[in-house]
Amino acid sequence: MEIGGIIAYLVSLAIMAGIYAVFCLGLNIQWGYTGLFNIGIAGFFCIGAYATALITTPKPTGMYAHYVQQIFGLNLPFIFGLLGAAIICGVIAFLIGIPTLKLGEDYLAIATLGIAETFRLIFNNEHWLANGPRGLMGLPQPLQGLVDPRHYNYIYLIVVVIIMVLIYLSIERAIRSPWGRVLRAVREDEVSAGMSGKDIFRFKMQSLVFGAMVMGIGGALYAHYTKAISPDVFTPLYGTFIIWVMLMAGGSGNNKGAILGAYVVWGIWIGAKFMTDFLPYTLKARAPYIRFLLVMILLEIILIYRPQGLLGEEKKVSKLIE
Amino acid sequence: MAELIVYGIVLGSIISLGAIGLSLVYGILRFANFAHGDFLTAGAYVALFMVTGVLSWIGIPDNTFGSLSFGWRMVIAFPISMVVVGCVAIALDRILYRKLRQKGSGAVMLAMSSLGAAFIIRMIILIIWGADSLFYRPGLMRPALEVPLGIKIRPDQILILFVVLFLVVLLHLFLKKTKMGKAMRATADNMELALISGINTERIIIWTWGIGGALAAAGGILYGIDVQLHPYMGWNFLIPLFAATILGTIGNIYGALIGGLTIGIAQQVSTAFLLPTYKLAVAFIIMILILLIRPKGIFGKE
Repeated sequence: MEIGGIIAYLVSLAIMAGIYAVFCLGLNIQWGYTGLFNIGIAGFFCIGAYATALITTPKPTGMYAHYVQQIFGLNLPFIFGLLGAAIICGVIAFLIGIPTLKLGEDYLAIATLGIAETFRLIFNNEHWLANGPRGLMGLPQPLQGLVDPRHYNYIYLIVVVIIMVLIYLSIERAIRSPWGRVLRAVREDEVSAGMSGKDIFRFKMQSLVFGAMVMGIGGALYAHYTKAISPDVFTPLYGTFIIWVMLMAGGSGNNKGAILGAYVVWGIWIGAKFMTDFLPYTLKARAPYIRFLLVMILLEIILIYRPQGLLGEEKKVSKLIE
Repeated sequence: MAELIVYGIVLGSIISLGAIGLSLVYGILRFANFAHGDFLTAGAYVALFMVTGVLSWIGIPDNTFGSLSFGWRMVIAFPISMVVVGCVAIALDRILYRKLRQKGSGAVMLAMSSLGAAFIIRMIILIIWGADSLFYRPGLMRPALEVPLGIKIRPDQILILFVVLFLVVLLHLFLKKTKMGKAMRATADNMELALISGINTERIIIWTWGIGGALAAAGGILYGIDVQLHPYMGWNFLIPLFAATILGTIGNIYGALIGGLTIGIAQQVSTAFLLPTYKLAVAFIIMILILLIRPKGIFGKE
């Protein structure tokens, strides 16, 4: 491969890792700072992606409408897609939080898992909603006409990095505020945070919704990158667990760790692909399973031997304390 | 409708086997074992390995019993698979969960570790057997019997109900009559009190995993006999298993039995109105309703 090809490949790698970093940041709000056990990230991934697809594409007309069904198509710019994805994911998170956040942490896990599977089923079976298993395509990309389509990925990388940094800065800001300190108090000891007069349910709900909105943006960024989405993308493996491995590897409770983890694990994931290319022909079809097996073993090793991850949590978040 | 209810009881009895184990583990170890669904899958595939591999190699005849779809090979493979998966569950505890317990990691870390274990089991199955659906006996015609009320039921399904009944009675006797069973109930009731009374909790934990894994394996094999084998079969059971466990109150095995039957019937009856692929969503909606109305389940004390 000549040098230009390698750079193009690295750019596509950096875009995907950046999108995963957004999910890690969202999960870090929920798990890293508040201890909310969300194992249905794929659900928010899916909802965010579909929300932006419906908002930014036009409703098919004429001949085209025979092949593509979708409930509506607003044909609005990219930025509205991002906002819409965030808002819808926030609403879904709010609804799922009502029955589960007052109960033990496992209940939220089971419920988020259920919502992820349910939404995948709905998008798969309800053709009128978003074209069923064939999914939607032809999503617009921001600043599309600016450069030659062959080099468009450079622009999109910049878009992803800017959004990632904005989200990073806003979470850092929120977490260093009194609000952020309450979240960590809730995580460490719910009872004593409650005794200090904090409304536990409310803070947990805010964290759940905030995190889900960030995940919605992640889903939207993914959809505009691939330009085509279908329900089979949002599986528990690609949509949820690889993100957990990234956050645990990078260091939960640390936003820099969340981003670092996304890039490191995505690098390992892609690197493992090169390794499985050397497998004998008969095993090649099974290569993705072998890769996932390795990633899951990595997770177990991290959980047992280095639960704090690469960077670990910053114990002091205020700049004023020495 | 009557037919759907009967099918629901068959499905529900399989869910119950998984839910009883999940409930036991949940009650005694206090964490949500997300690998439980994949114990079902593991059980089904270990039996497949025995039936089509080992047992045919050592020359056990392949005849079937009358109108049932299996014969001696399955009768031998069934208990072996239960033992193997029971051992897998115990091994996972030794390798992963016990280390986390000793480090004082929280219940969520254990749950996450079990989630990783679930994928490890499934990936191994996918690597060995691939992603296609498999059958214990491919291409076998399975005629149904006509019983009163116009219900069509296969002999296999009637046998499934008897096998589940047998295993539940066996478990009941174990918990009520044996010393280990009593100690397990005591531990599920109150861990601290059990410790003070000199009960060896590590041994209890081993037994809990063994029984939970074995029952799940039985459930997986029975589903494989009734429907088919698929690497994701157990994962698709996970939400119904949790729904049944929560409905029947965590830690209560009789509750898990009733919860399993309820979820199974609800899932099958729903196919009269909804696409069958929504079965999983039906279990999920029931679970959310329970959480809203009675989070401690039908046998829970407020």
